[in-house]
Order: sequence, then structure tokens, then C-alpha cells
Amino acid sequence: MGDLRSAPLPPVGEDDHVRGPEGAPLVVVYGDYECPFCAALEERLHGLAIRVVFRHFPVKGSHPRAFAAACAAEAAAAQGAFWPMHDALFADQGRLEDPHLWDRAERLGLDLARFDADRRGEACAAQVKADFAGGIRAGVPTTPTLFLDGERHAGRPDEALWARLANLAVAPRV
Amino acid sequence: MGIVEPGRPAPDFTLARYEGEPFTRADLEGRTTLLVFYPHAFSPVCTDQLSLYTEVLGELRDAGLDALYGVSCDSVWVQQAFREQLGTEIEQLSDWEPKGAACRAFGALHPGGFPERALIIFGPDAVVRWSYVAPSPGDLPGANLLFDALAG
Repeated sequence: MGDLRSAPLPPVGEDDHVRGPEGAPLVVVYGDYECPFCAALEERLHGLAIRVVFRHFPVKGSHPRAFAAACAAEAAAAQGAFWPMHDALFADQGRLEDPHLWDRAERLGLDLARFDADRRGEACAAQVKADFAGGIRAGVPTTPTLFLDGERHAGRPDEALWARLANLAVAPRV
Repeated sequence: MGIVEPGRPAPDFTLARYEGEPFTRADLEGRTTLLVFYPHAFSPVCTDQLSLYTEVLGELRDAGLDALYGVSCDSVWVQQAFREQLGTEIEQLSDWEPKGAACRAFGALHPGGFPERALIIFGPDAVVRWSYVAPSPGDLPGANLLFDALAG
């Protein structure tokens, strides 16, 4: 994984997955698809006018299927369906085995053979590992971890942070 | 008393192991060792912390760490069950009797009677190379701190 010493949060780049209203305040979320707190966070963020960058942070000991699920999301991204797969994974966290991943890919209308080859391939694994290494270097200790204005908030956001996010989301944009 | 500072030799201490002779100061000699003090086995934050360090164990070894142990005031049976649940090769050391004595010797005993969330790296000479205490037991130190310390 290379150098894992402290480094600033990697800037949002071409490899990142971003959604939310153009020009809205931006948060970077490190999460994994097997983490219930991440699913809850996503749902609540989705209700706000916030731009969300999602990066993978799978940790085997806590969530054994998180890495495979992250690779599935990246394989869907190769067919332009990152967010639909992302939402489908968070929507049903009890079903993350291979047949469940194929089932999602089929429902999303993806090329199943390509999806399955991609999700086991080097490129998807490299993307997930790059996210993880960047997270480690930026001090991400657990999922979810959220960055707002370069500030790290590890674990479930408290109500003070939610209030801040809600205020930002309604603030007039300049 | 605060955590033992870099440059200080490790104090004498005894920690029980699930199998074999107790772990003492002599076990620190000859290799770079990290002790991860955590408040309680099975508590959610501790689970995350040890899982995270397990995930980067290979990289920690590449960075020069020879040995890594978890330390808590739980009994060896609880620690072993915790280790099995995490599926980690990180061995656990128990500060059960007299409770917290080793943690106290390292300056890592929380007033609540459990270890602070603390990290100590010892050089092969059993001298403290780096030490860290989290601002509160709920704060999880990222693995980047370990890589910084090992590079320093």
C-alpha cells in the first residue's frame, strides 16, 4: 500500500465519486457498505443540499464483505452506475454475498459478465486500496469518518455536526 | 502521572498471557514492540481500533515493527474470545492482577480503573521510542500515527 505516514486529505479528483447539487457545500465521507452507521449517515446526508464525495474504507476484521462490496461499486462505476450500485448496497446490507452482487448488477441492467470480471480485477482493487491508503494517511480511524472544511469527524456525527451541516445546506450560495 | 515519555526505559512489569509464561520487560528486548492499551475488550471503539491495526499489520512490519500486543485489564479468557472474534493475530496481554498495575507503571491507567487509549513503541533496548495518549478513551488514534512514529 506504500507510504502510510500522515498526509493531508487527498483533494477531490477525477477518480472520486461525487453527487449533490452543484455549488453546494462539500463533505468527504470514508465509509463501507457493511457498516450500518454509514448507511444511516448516507440516508441523512442525502436529505440535505450537500455535495457528497464517497471513498472506500473497508476493514476486514470489522466487516468481512466490505472490500468485495466496494469493488462491486467500482465495477458498476466502470459501466456508469456507481451511485445506483452504491444505493443498492446500502439499501440491503444483509445481502452482500456474490449472488446478491450479481442480482443487483442484473437489476441495474449492467453487463453481468463484464461486471463480474471487473469487480475481481486489478483496477477496482487498486481504486479501493488507494481510497483506503489516502484515508489512513489522513487519520481516518473508523467508518464512517466525515471531512468538512478539512476537519475530520470520526464515527457517527453528533447532533452539533448535523446542525452545522443543515445550516450549511440552507445557506445562500455565492 | 502521564504516559512514559520517549527516552525512558520501560519499567518492570508483568502481564498475563493466554498461553505460556507472563510477558515482562525482558520480552521487549531485541525487537521493536508496540503496546496498544485499550479500555475494554468488545467495546465498539476498541474493536474498530484493533481491526484497523490488523488491516495494516503487513505494512507496520514493513515499516520496522517486530511485535504488536493489545493490553487491557480484562481476563485472559475474555481477551482470547475477543481475539477470536476479531480474527486477529494480535496477541492480547492481561493486566488483571494486581489489576491495572502494569498500566499504572506505564502511566497509562485511566482514573476509571481501565487503560487509557494509549500507544507505546519500545526500541529493541526496551527504551520508550514514542508514546501517545488519546484525548479521551472514545477517540480512536489513526494508524498514520504509528507509521509517523516508526519513520521518526
